[in-house]
Amino acid sequence: MSQDIFVVIEHLRGQVADVSYAMLAGARQLSKASGGEVVAVLLGHNAQGLASNLAADRVLYVDHPALAEFTSDAYQIVLAGLIQEHAPRAVLFGHSSIGMDLASSLSARLGIPVVNSCRTFTDDGKFVSQICGGKIMAEGNLPSPALATMIPGGYKAEEGQSAQTPPLTAVSAPALDNLRVAVKQYIEPDTSDVDISKEKMLVSIGRGIQNKDNIELANELADALGCAVSASRPVVDQGWLPTTRLVGKSGKHVKPKIYLALGISGAPEHVEGMGESEVIVAVNTDPNAPIFNIAKYGTTIDMFDLLPVLIEKVKQAK
Amino acid sequence: MPIRETFWNIPHWAEIAQYIAALVTAIIFIAGITRRVLRWRKGRPEKRSGHFWKRIGALITQVFGQQRTLDEKFPGIMHFSIFWGMLVLAAGTALATIDWDVTHLFFGFQILKGGVYIAFELMLDVLGLLVVLGLGMAIYRRYIARPARLQNFPVKKLAGDDTYVLVMLAFITLSGYLTEGLRLAVTQPDWAPWSPVGNAIAALFLSLGDPTNQTLHLIIWGMHIATAFGVLISLPFTKLFHIFSVPLNIYFRSLEPAGALRAANMDGGMGVKEWTQFTWKQLLDFESCTRCGRCQDVCPAYASAQVLSPRNMMVKLDDHLWEKKPRALHGEVVSVDELWACTTCRACVQVCPAFIDHVTTFVDLRRHLVDQGKMDQMLQDALSNLGRYGNSFGQSDRMRAKWTMGLQPPVKDARREQVEYLWFVGDYASYNATLTDVTRKTAEVFHKLGLNFGILYESERNSGNDVRRVGEEGLFEMLVDKNSQVLSKCKFQAIVTTDPHSYNTLKNEYPANGNGRYPVLHYSELLDQLIAAGKLKFSKKLGYKVTYHDPCYLGRYNGVYDAPRRVIEATGCELVEMPRHRERGFCCGAGGGRIWMEEKEVKERPSESRIREAVALEGVQTFIVACPKDLTMFRDAVKTTGNEQRLEVKDLIDLVAEAL
Amino acid sequence: MKIAVPIKFVPDLVEELTIDPSGTALDTTWLRLIINELDDHAVEQAILLKERSGGEVTVLSAEADGVDDFLFTAAAKGADRLIKLTGDFSAADNHALGRAFADVIKELQPDLILTGVQAHNDLDGSVGPLLAEYLGLPYVGYVAGIALDGNKVVARKEYAGGLVAEVEVKLPAVLGIQAAEQPPRYVAYSKIRQVMGTAKIEERPVSNLESSGGVVVGRLFQPEVAERATMLEGSPEDVADKLVGLFKELGTL
Ligand SMILES: Cc1cc2nc3c(=O)[nH]c(=O)nc-3n(C[C@H](O)[C@H](O)[C@H](O)COP(=O)(O)OP(=O)(O)OC[C@H]3O[C@@H](n4cnc5c(N)ncnc54)[C@H](O)[C@@H]3O)c2cc1C
Ligand SMILES: Cc1cc2nc3c(=O)[nH]c(=O)nc-3n(C[C@H](O)[C@H](O)[C@H](O)COP(=O)(O)OP(=O)(O)OC[C@H]3O[C@@H](n4cnc5c(N)ncnc54)[C@H](O)[C@@H]3O)c2cc1C
Ligand code: SF4
Ligand code: SF4
Repeated sequence: MSQDIFVVIEHLRGQVADVSYAMLAGARQLSKASGGEVVAVLLGHNAQGLASNLAADRVLYVDHPALAEFTSDAYQIVLAGLIQEHAPRAVLFGHSSIGMDLASSLSARLGIPVVNSCRTFTDDGKFVSQICGGKIMAEGNLPSPALATMIPGGYKAEEGQSAQTPPLTAVSAPALDNLRVAVKQYIEPDTSDVDISKEKMLVSIGRGIQNKDNIELANELADALGCAVSASRPVVDQGWLPTTRLVGKSGKHVKPKIYLALGISGAPEHVEGMGESEVIVAVNTDPNAPIFNIAKYGTTIDMFDLLPVLIEKVKQAK
Repeated sequence: MPIRETFWNIPHWAEIAQYIAALVTAIIFIAGITRRVLRWRKGRPEKRSGHFWKRIGALITQVFGQQRTLDEKFPGIMHFSIFWGMLVLAAGTALATIDWDVTHLFFGFQILKGGVYIAFELMLDVLGLLVVLGLGMAIYRRYIARPARLQNFPVKKLAGDDTYVLVMLAFITLSGYLTEGLRLAVTQPDWAPWSPVGNAIAALFLSLGDPTNQTLHLIIWGMHIATAFGVLISLPFTKLFHIFSVPLNIYFRSLEPAGALRAANMDGGMGVKEWTQFTWKQLLDFESCTRCGRCQDVCPAYASAQVLSPRNMMVKLDDHLWEKKPRALHGEVVSVDELWACTTCRACVQVCPAFIDHVTTFVDLRRHLVDQGKMDQMLQDALSNLGRYGNSFGQSDRMRAKWTMGLQPPVKDARREQVEYLWFVGDYASYNATLTDVTRKTAEVFHKLGLNFGILYESERNSGNDVRRVGEEGLFEMLVDKNSQVLSKCKFQAIVTTDPHSYNTLKNEYPANGNGRYPVLHYSELLDQLIAAGKLKFSKKLGYKVTYHDPCYLGRYNGVYDAPRRVIEATGCELVEMPRHRERGFCCGAGGGRIWMEEKEVKERPSESRIREAVALEGVQTFIVACPKDLTMFRDAVKTTGNEQRLEVKDLIDLVAEAL
Repeated sequence: MKIAVPIKFVPDLVEELTIDPSGTALDTTWLRLIINELDDHAVEQAILLKERSGGEVTVLSAEADGVDDFLFTAAAKGADRLIKLTGDFSAADNHALGRAFADVIKELQPDLILTGVQAHNDLDGSVGPLLAEYLGLPYVGYVAGIALDGNKVVARKEYAGGLVAEVEVKLPAVLGIQAAEQPPRYVAYSKIRQVMGTAKIEERPVSNLESSGGVVVGRLFQPEVAERATMLEGSPEDVADKLVGLFKELGTL
């Protein structure tokens, strides 16, 4: 077994996902303990350009037409081969739509342990996972070898970016026939609405808003502040706001100056989309809500008590 | 000797024709009634016998006394006049028939002669005027004053039915008077002045002379008879049928406590999916509705959004019974929104002169929706939470008694020690963050009064009152089971609760589930008892001018009107009643599970209408409630109507605590 | 179409979670278990498919407090078969659970296996992809919407940012459900009770429950207070004033 840390780079439609950079930063920390290299594993077709800003010691690149789009089937075959051949100390995947299609399956296929939802690693090679909706952290020695899925929040994407292009080794792909999974087409998200990822401030609402009518309150505040309203998944699932306003794992990733979270518990899937906001202000009646773990400021005042007053004051302040 | 020559001026053939017409009328009439009765018999069985004299008593006061009808002045007097006028005229006609076709025919003597005849004539002649007066009022009301509640029937042809009845009755009465007048004009008997109306009409026709008047008499008599038979024939087929159905409906009304709903039909799925799953009595309900619209006028759901009108529901359901191609009951006959809009406040039931029980029917229809899982997401969440955690807030049961933290002395655990009063706290008072202050205050007052009381801590579950009214019978039963299991292990003398909803079901529905009887008190009743027993003495006279809102489940459902009023007065406050109070109290809009449902478009929330009603009272600054949900509803409404400076919403316990 | 839905019970987050004295596990005295929300969606999705195209739905679960009720609820919604794996699952990790499910599901020969894409207490991987691998089947996760198409399905796979891929998967396959096409339906208690009288839960004893995942937790802890937000105290007025100050300071106002 080598001491290298592999990072499976996630990319879709020519863009590397932020979580990949964060993983490179995490891998860097792990490599300190192991003494190995950080190796970015890039799979694709005519995608070597994506490696240009990866903060990795080197890149293993596998090119094949069947890898042009992500499919669990083809990726699993290629990665299983690479892992068996190179025997890295650890392989990191995103805790995402891509990584989660791979890590557990490979664990079962290769008999290598997998650790889910790692937020950070420690210098002495421990993982720290966030479970139970962010209410509990689990810490343990990262088995050797190990696979791991990583949630964002532990490392900043910038730490995984580099101005230098790392050396790239092209590896030939194994036979990729009889694939059982194929991408038919992509359906683009609706872009007719405001782009919440471009707003400098967001008034974001969660299940705590209780019902559709109350959304008016959030709109009023956002209007007064001249910003947009965004939301957590339950609000969008109810159809109270369009999907374009969804923040989180399956929605937009946003980094506004101020993210005002109203009645949002701070589930990891939500935090994934807003954790990198400059200042998070949380209003939540539950003092134990995980949102307070990432917020800079918080209050446990009922949002229905706070909002009318706040709207008035903002209007006066203008 | 004064007597009326029966069939004066009527040729023999016409007389024969009349008897034949009578026979035909009788056949159609009986067929029509049978058709109705057969329809009712398609409903499920329901026992409504027993208490014979009590039922007869109600027939006397409500049918002959027209008691509830007279609750409203104008329509009351209108109907009373028509009813008594027509009753006397019909009875008179029946008597005349007996006189001629029975006693005269078979025994050769007549009752209606001499003084008796004079009295008979005078009575019919004058009381007939009652009908004229009543019909005049009715025509004015329906076609000139046009109150909203008589408009917009969901079944369009019914406007014709209403007109038909008025026209026919008017025609019978007028043609009757004309016939009489023409007869008097021709025969001019000495006793004519004893028929003042007929005589006055006779005077008008005198100048025409005979035989014109004689011919006219025959023609109008013919028309009068034809109309009369027409009315009889149409009676089982038109609105006139209420003459039969309403007395039956009054006779067979439920004498069970208003707060005890009938268990759900479980045959072929829960609730009512097709009309034949209603009980015969519910079908009789639908057929008794006269479309008077009183229920619509008092309905908070109608007032707030006009989605639901109890009148329209009855009209549509009745119409549905006779559809050739029956449409789906849910969605086609009545809409789902209508069904969910009802707060089960019972205001409609309280005012309905036909004694229709709308609420039971609505709940039965809702039960089917629940059976099918058709409900809005909020309600689904609330019910899931109630099933899982025993409260609609979706909070842990261990948080139920969090409000007791820090109270000194600590609130007793009724599961562990014997108490005199077991306080059933209820969900809102336990979990709603804005209400726990009042809950704590209640505990403090109880302590100060030296009451030996305790609560069930995390073992309490939602009582299920509103769960049942939403239509989720199975969940209701489960909640009853869980609560009953704990209650059966506790030692106490009485249950006390601040929540009228819990009060209602604990009092009226729990014992029915076989769990023994224990007195259930609303805190207003308990405080009232303590005042009466001299155990609660106030040190202050507050001197506020207050008004009091009757919670539906305390007032209309359980008749507790005086206890809270006496408590308010004992604290030295002056009570000013809102126009809608006691039996006529106006619902806050939260009942029947409405508090768990999404609020659709509203014109004016019931709670806001209520606050405006209170604000209009001269000098009243405090609005007293005796229900935790009311506190949230009205505190909210005071804000949304912008009356925060003008009116303060307080719980009864606030007054008591302050005056102690 | 035969659909199997393996589900998992997880700690209910409504209850306050506490850690037991060993420091490596949750304290079970107050722990209440609840269906993994996403598995509930998987059941709903299976029933929707059955309603649309016919078939047989089998719901499988390891035994736990409340599982029977859930299985009966699933039957009331329309599931045809209920299977409960029995044995000592107290220490079983997802690898063990996946293997146990795989053994039973092999017999069932389903065309499609649906399960929640994850559970909040997954640590050694997620059940769906583990199971797929033990069965040698393809796996696609993050699915919200499924269309059947002969011996294939077209799954709507969700990516970050709202991008959706329509992915064609050959059957048999395992799909990890992220959301059913409609929220899980409500079933009246009376229906569940009725089903309890008629439906049968088949029990399958499982003996090999060794935790083979290889992840050892050294310490469980709650996120530390030091990392937490600065709490703004006072009345709504005070807090609003502070917030307005903050908005101004950061230039958003
Ligand atoms: C694969 C996957 C992808 C997902 N993707 C996303 C995603 O992209 N985005 C996303 O948001 N979620 C996503 N989720 C869902 C996520 O797990 C959570 O369920 C969700 O974020 C919770 O939303 P919430 O915080 O609004 O609701 P809850 O967790 O229910 O929190 C509501 C909060 O409001 C507080 N509150 C209630 N009333 C008040 C009041 N009056 N005043 C103040 N506070 C109040 C409560 O204390 C509570 O903390 C995803 C889940 C999965 C499994
Ligand atoms: C069935 C039901 C449905 C509802 N539906 C809705 C709805 O659709 N939309 C909606 O908006 N609301 C709704 N509400 C009301 C909602 O729950 C809140 O009660 C309401 O929004 C709170 O109003 P508020 O912000 O004015 O707070 P208040 O009740 O006025 O304030 C609450 C607390 O804040 C304090 N406070 C208030 N103002 C100040 C101040 N200026 N300075 C310092 N402290 C202050 C008060 O002392 C009090 O302790 C509903 C309520 C119920 C019962
Ligand atoms: S239900 Fe009763 S109150 Fe309502 S319209 Fe009919 S008769 Fe009148
Ligand atoms: S019970 Fe109340 S809300 Fe329901 S129909 Fe009658 S008056 Fe309207």
